[in-house]
Amino acid sequence: MAEAASGHPPILELSEVAKSFGPVLALRSGRLEVGPGSIHALVGENGAGKSTLVKVIAGVYRRDGGGFRFRGADVDFGSTGESKNAGIAVIYQEPTLFPDLSVTENIFMGRQPTRSGRRIDYPAMYAEAERIFGRLGVAIDPRRIADGLSIADQQIIEIAKAISLDATLLVMDEPTAALSSVEAERLFTIARALRDEGRAVVFISHRLEEVFGLCDTVTVMRDGAYVGTRAIAETSTDEVVSLMVGREVADLFPKAEAAIGDVVLEVDGLTAAGEFHDIGLTVRAGEIVGLAGLVGAGRSEIARAVFGVDGYDAGSVRMNGVPVPPRSPRASIRAGMALVPEDRRQQGLVIDQSVARNVSAAIRGRLTTLGLLLGRAENRVAAPWAGRLEVKTSALDMDASTMSGGNQQKVAIAKWLATEPKLLIIDEPTRGIDVGTKSEVHRLLSDLAGRGMAVLMISSELQEVLGMADRVYVVCEGRITAELGRDEATPDAVMHAATHVGGHLAGATHADEKVLA
Amino acid sequence: MSTSTVGHAVDERTYAAYSRPLWWRVVMTREFAMIVLLGVVYLWATGNVASFDGPLALYYLFLDIAPILMIALPMTLIIITGEIDLSVASTMGLSSVLVGIFHADLGLSIPAAAVCALAIGTACGALNGVLVGYVGLPSLAVTIGSLALFRGIAGGLLGTEAITDYPEQWTDLAKERLFGPVEGGYSGGWLGPVTEPASYPLVLVPIVVLAVVFGVLLHATSFGRGIYEIGLNEQAAKFSGVDVARTKLLLFAIAGAVSAFAGVYYTLRFGSARGDNAEFLELQVIAAVLLGGVSIFGGRGALPGVLAGVLLIGIVSSALRLEDVSSNVINIVIGVLLVLSVISTSLLAWISGLRVARTKSDHPTKGNQR
Amino acid sequence: MTDLLVRPTSESARQRLVKGALRSREIAVFVILVALIAVATVRSPNFLVGSDGWRDLLVTPSILLLLAIGQTVVIITRNVDLSVGSTVGLTAYLVGRLFVDQPGIPIVVVALIGMLFGAALGLVNGVLVAFGRVPALVVTLGTMYIYRGVFLEWAGSDRINAGDMPSGFLRLGTEQFLTIPVLTLVALVMLVIVGYCLRSLRWGRELYAIGSDPAAARLYGLPVTRRVLGAFVICGALAGLAGVFYAARYGTVSSGAGRNLELEAVAAAVIGGVAIFGGSGTVWGAAIGAFLLVTIDRVLPILGIPDFWQRAVVGGLIIGAVALDRVLSLRRERQLRQARDDARSGS
Repeated sequence: MAEAASGHPPILELSEVAKSFGPVLALRSGRLEVGPGSIHALVGENGAGKSTLVKVIAGVYRRDGGGFRFRGADVDFGSTGESKNAGIAVIYQEPTLFPDLSVTENIFMGRQPTRSGRRIDYPAMYAEAERIFGRLGVAIDPRRIADGLSIADQQIIEIAKAISLDATLLVMDEPTAALSSVEAERLFTIARALRDEGRAVVFISHRLEEVFGLCDTVTVMRDGAYVGTRAIAETSTDEVVSLMVGREVADLFPKAEAAIGDVVLEVDGLTAAGEFHDIGLTVRAGEIVGLAGLVGAGRSEIARAVFGVDGYDAGSVRMNGVPVPPRSPRASIRAGMALVPEDRRQQGLVIDQSVARNVSAAIRGRLTTLGLLLGRAENRVAAPWAGRLEVKTSALDMDASTMSGGNQQKVAIAKWLATEPKLLIIDEPTRGIDVGTKSEVHRLLSDLAGRGMAVLMISSELQEVLGMADRVYVVCEGRITAELGRDEATPDAVMHAATHVGGHLAGATHADEKVLA
Repeated sequence: MSTSTVGHAVDERTYAAYSRPLWWRVVMTREFAMIVLLGVVYLWATGNVASFDGPLALYYLFLDIAPILMIALPMTLIIITGEIDLSVASTMGLSSVLVGIFHADLGLSIPAAAVCALAIGTACGALNGVLVGYVGLPSLAVTIGSLALFRGIAGGLLGTEAITDYPEQWTDLAKERLFGPVEGGYSGGWLGPVTEPASYPLVLVPIVVLAVVFGVLLHATSFGRGIYEIGLNEQAAKFSGVDVARTKLLLFAIAGAVSAFAGVYYTLRFGSARGDNAEFLELQVIAAVLLGGVSIFGGRGALPGVLAGVLLIGIVSSALRLEDVSSNVINIVIGVLLVLSVISTSLLAWISGLRVARTKSDHPTKGNQR
Repeated sequence: MTDLLVRPTSESARQRLVKGALRSREIAVFVILVALIAVATVRSPNFLVGSDGWRDLLVTPSILLLLAIGQTVVIITRNVDLSVGSTVGLTAYLVGRLFVDQPGIPIVVVALIGMLFGAALGLVNGVLVAFGRVPALVVTLGTMYIYRGVFLEWAGSDRINAGDMPSGFLRLGTEQFLTIPVLTLVALVMLVIVGYCLRSLRWGRELYAIGSDPAAARLYGLPVTRRVLGAFVICGALAGLAGVFYAARYGTVSSGAGRNLELEAVAAAVIGGVAIFGGSGTVWGAAIGAFLLVTIDRVLPILGIPDFWQRAVVGGLIIGAVALDRVLSLRRERQLRQARDDARSGS
């Protein structure tokens, strides 16, 4: 292995780490070895167990079994505080800041510099924060509160935390998912600087080009287990992908040809200040339309506005030529729309409610007799839909929270198919579900389109968009920057449109511009 | 749109509707435990408290807890949505004062005065509902404010005065018995001359009607499912087409209306409208609802449990009072019951956590934490 | 996408101070308070100028002041303590009992015992909330009943009268030091101590972090359980001290002692800008809120409004305060969104 070759003993050694949550085995045998002065990529599909592994390292979870050595000593962190004190800093997918406190306090919470009498030395703290920000090349007012920061800036704060901790090991869990290319490049520069200081960095990303551009070693995981470790110089994208997937990519996305019919959804000039601008799109019967772009580009916000969960300032939404009133999911459902949202635990399902109630939730108004809604009616509707999607549960009154992510997603989809929609908007249909279920979902979407349903699919997985969609709209910073037919939609074309707004380079931080000005 | 087989499933799976047999689903619930506890306490009281057995004791018991029983119904629905209404007793007091003023100063008949008070009570509740549902303010803060506001208006209108002059016909109605005359005084029952001793006040009739209406609303309508969904996950409820703001507005307005009705009853029952009528009743109502197994975080609880909770508090207080236990001790008992009832839930979770931890050490791969 | 990046050096410390002050809730409530006092004084000069007026103006709020400080510490952690009113009653009775049963006991010892006793009651709340993982609203509603029941049962039919307590203790209720009543002075000292701790000590800032996002605080590794426990103990200790004050100020302890104070304490905090869901607000604001509540109570009769309306005014103020907070935060959100738009359109 690369670390062994460099002659330094590894900083982090994980072997055969296992972790399960109830019946769900999230991690079977995780293995990771990271040496000092190295940027080590950890890759794998969603549900491969990367995030669980990270949380074991961070002390959020205690492993059920396996070895965990840090800086040569056996460790067993029972809390995040312990791992932090040992010199591990973790940046989670979703930054965890205290919104009411200043960015400086967020960096130093619990470790503030003090003067005599254990009094917090605010001037020193602000100065230190400014010094760190300066080193990171960003201009953030150290006194502003964290509430309202963009995700990119929140990540900078998280990195500043790590630096102020003087961490030996920095773990970044998909830090670039929501960043523009410029912001990501800024992050890489910082990561390289940290590496050159002799620290170890673990970098998790779905974007292999980033992995190959930044890292020196890569560990691949699949289905909760370690697959292999390669030096970047000695491997190729193809090899890593095949390690990740365990089979050919092509058979993952079985989009069948379907007859494309009339326009079902027509969105025109949709605008919500600060979220998205002048969105125009159409979806036809039998068509799968992809909505591609970076996380945070405004795709989910568009979907929510179209469906009426959020309001919008201008524009119109039509279903089969009939205007749909804004701000009313109920009216949208009646018009034949369905939205399977991105976050099934928070939005798609009521996780602490039974499968039967979840599946019937969007149509229960139609299930009443004399105004009364009985559990029997809910079960009657839920059973066939759960069956069609092969939801794995022992009984319909089991809470959705007892099920695996893939099965929860099936319940969420069943809930919306039960409304018998004309248009299905589906946001990140396969996020966080296992490979098997993933292809089931793809097959299902293809099947639905084949039967004449219009499908609008939001996905951050390029392969998924390219494999499934008949047509792709690319969103960048709240605007549609490209509309590509199936033939034109190449990875390059989509990524280019996703990071550029009409020729102008997106995300050029105004901090930089102001500094120059 | 086709609803035939989707995906590649040829043989559809079939599912049992329930994972547990019926008796299990009925018996292994918090509500059932409350009802059993209620029965045990009732049996203990009738066996051991000398004067508790008589019909008169039950009659006064129901007469006393009638306002709590009424208000606990809408309060249950509100708490299940994850909100809270601290202003109910103030609305009740305001309605009491208004009935007095409308009747004594404006010369309205009792029914007319009651209708006006009911309308204003509904408006009070709607004010809370608009602020919570549409403006999006935290209900705890809003209703602490309206608790003071409504009580302040009631106090401001009457000062320390009391209006005590009501037609006997109406004050008697509030104390009327089902199927029989009040022992001693007034006789010639409202519902005809029945001679057997009766133990139930007439006010139970509207309470039973309300309880059935609220029970059906909560447990057997689409609206009721929405209430639970809001409490469990407001965002998901919104995505499913539940009109969250309107639901909350409705519930608060209903709570205002029921509180106002309780205020009218209270005025007639005691023949007195005062600014401080029913002060602190909100806490008893909330204590009863929580004791009945409704989660303060919303989404969990059922009406039968709440009714059992109210009755339990009522019987315990009444029996202890008849045993010459001071009302202070009764308050302590209520407080302890309340704390125990919430602690028991997390205690159970903790114990089952311990058990899991033990099995985990036996089978290292089968843990179940968090 | 970096929004609203203010260059750190673009504002001098003084500019920042002035700007912050203009926006601060504390100043706004203080201005209302001063205006109220001014109006009352114009109507009836004795309100401020007379020696009794001045004293009453300062000493009457001291009990609520202590409770508001304690309540703020708890609310900041996204909890609430409804039992403080009962704690006041119970402690006040304990104080009276001590003087009756142990004649000659030093006043300072009694005050300390009162605080310790209150702290113990707060500890009970804290243990139930922090270890039992039970919502504070429910727990403290329960202990409110329990503490009050214990108080009334213990007191039985006897009440503590002025004659039961040493005159030196009762004088505390009226005594002044440099024209400032002693009770007020003690309450202000507590205010400064707690205000200092919340602002300048690590654990104080951690209370804010916990209330701002409890899940993040756990993830971050903050000692959440211990801090929440501590907040309840502080709140209880201050309520205990308020009980001592109550005995000294009113000279009698009857069954109604401390009733309704819990809601007034929450109200004072909310009016003073403490967010009911934690994470922001200061004890300074809560203290001014407490002064405002008590002063309104005393000013209304001077303005010709029967003081029965006081609670209505207070209720209106609370609702107005939370509504105002909401409006302001919506406006800030809109500004942030606008700023993001501006940034995107490539300034």
